Amino acid sequence: MSTTRFRPDVDAPEYKGGYSPYDIIKEGTIAIVVVGILVVLLAVVFGSPDEPAITIKKWSNAAPIDFATTALSELNGTSLSASYGAPYNHNGPGQQLGPLALARWVGVRIPINSANDFVINPLRSQPNNPVLKASLTAWEKARASTRSTWVANYTKVAGRMTFTHGNVVVPATNAGPVPVLINDLTHMARTGALDTALLSGNGFYTTDYTKPLLFIADGSYLGSLAQKQHMLGDQWGMMNETGSYPGQPWLWLYTFWYQVPPMNSSHSGDLEVFAIMIVLTLVLFFLPLIPGLRAIPRKVKLYRVIWREHYRDT
Amino acid sequence: MALYSFLAALIPLNNYGHFIHWHWLYISYANFIVICLMVITFVAALLLPFPGHNRRKGNR
Amino acid sequence: MSSTEIERQWTTRLRHRAAGKLPPEKLLPDTQPSYVSSWIYVFGVATLASLILVIATGCILALRGPSWWHGSFIGHFVNSLHLWSVEVFFFAMVVHLWGKFFMGAWRGGRTATWMTGVVTFLASLMTAFTGYVSQSNFDSQWISTQAKDGINATGGGAYFNVLNMGQMLMWHIVLLPLVAVILTAVHVILVRMKGVVPPYDDAASATSAATTEGATK
Repeated sequence: MSTTRFRPDVDAPEYKGGYSPYDIIKEGTIAIVVVGILVVLLAVVFGSPDEPAITIKKWSNAAPIDFATTALSELNGTSLSASYGAPYNHNGPGQQLGPLALARWVGVRIPINSANDFVINPLRSQPNNPVLKASLTAWEKARASTRSTWVANYTKVAGRMTFTHGNVVVPATNAGPVPVLINDLTHMARTGALDTALLSGNGFYTTDYTKPLLFIADGSYLGSLAQKQHMLGDQWGMMNETGSYPGQPWLWLYTFWYQVPPMNSSHSGDLEVFAIMIVLTLVLFFLPLIPGLRAIPRKVKLYRVIWREHYRDT
Repeated sequence: MALYSFLAALIPLNNYGHFIHWHWLYISYANFIVICLMVITFVAALLLPFPGHNRRKGNR
Repeated sequence: MSSTEIERQWTTRLRHRAAGKLPPEKLLPDTQPSYVSSWIYVFGVATLASLILVIATGCILALRGPSWWHGSFIGHFVNSLHLWSVEVFFFAMVVHLWGKFFMGAWRGGRTATWMTGVVTFLASLMTAFTGYVSQSNFDSQWISTQAKDGINATGGGAYFNVLNMGQMLMWHIVLLPLVAVILTAVHVILVRMKGVVPPYDDAASATSAATTEGATK
């Protein structure tokens, strides 16, 4: 074996100095006790946040117009989930980075048909309502073009929607069964029945909240609550927690990229930020192999402080 | 219930947080304090003398 | 049975290999180089200690199931312990990372130690994230509906559905902790095998020959 040139950022010098006693088990025990006391103190003093989950019932009672407008957006295909694209449906291009359209390549794996899943099917589960039943039959029998005309006509007058005496009211227009569908879905939501209907699509037991979460996120009520909690994306929300609790400050760099152009306004912002973070993570991972970067600690010389006793002794 | 109520937080932080908004930076006081504490802890760990191992050499 | 036969057994060979790479006095040392004398060295063990507390408090939460802590003082208190041990865990890990960076702790054949540390950090981020989305409160509603866009954009959302609370809970309490603990174990074993990185040699700089332990095999 030949003697190779010593590379100060790769090789470590041979240590010829002394050794000190070291009780690793005692050190570990002390660490657990100290950290344990610290954690108990923090928990006793500050507790932890637990802002209750919102329900569709709560949402539709607090903001019936927002709910009804969201239900309409599921019918006319303008809601976020209706126009999402993969993995939910084919109705949007999805995010793309150059030629990389990863989501589209993977395809539709969690199929969501907003109109059927969020409006029509839940209404079908409602018993003993002849007017609703007739409206659903009219909807099902109508051709796609007729449905589009109804929904488009309703959408035109939806700006003047009011919630009067417990009903969603819009100016009269040729909207077929749509006014009944929207009004009855709002009634259903306000009783809490829609929360159940969106879950029971999976049978009796469920731990999958994909549908109700997508529906709630299509409205602006959830976002308005999140804004009060400073949790929106453009509020560096990814690192924030409800209330005044510290959140996930370790995500500062991830959320930072959402604040700067072009990511803060890009259609594919999520993918761009993800790509940046992948590259930066790879840099951190391969740091010991990257000339220049791996020389930083030697040049910064903070190690002179860390090992000051060693350098003083030798 | 009341038996365990002493376990409820002494200073719960459930009210809406306060935020530092400076140019592009937008950060909650809580996160800001945590990050500052990290830096302070790091600097303190470098500067404070460590007891033990080297004492036998009589440097201190 | 002859002794050569025994020596050739897989079990015997594995034992010899393991004992050679990591003899008991390296695994549980009673001395260490005198340069290991700074408070910065305590943040590795502090990270380990808080990981143990994270797992212990998580196990107590698991005893009573995912909705216990919403309606019970004790449950909520255990949740507080779980949260704060996570905060201390990341706090200690980040300070540990800064310290190791400024020591150039990858030198002398310790590249794998550095790399397992980085991957452990990533696995911890994922574990924390799945914890946030399986809390089943407003926090998880908002975080999951926001995070889905990022994960869907990568194509991963088709298989890793952050809106599926059951799936996220399983990742949080089974798969990711397993990964994090295994990675931590490998990281610690590498540290014990290679020892703590020696200080930069300021006197005999670039020209001296490499007689490094590990680096030249």
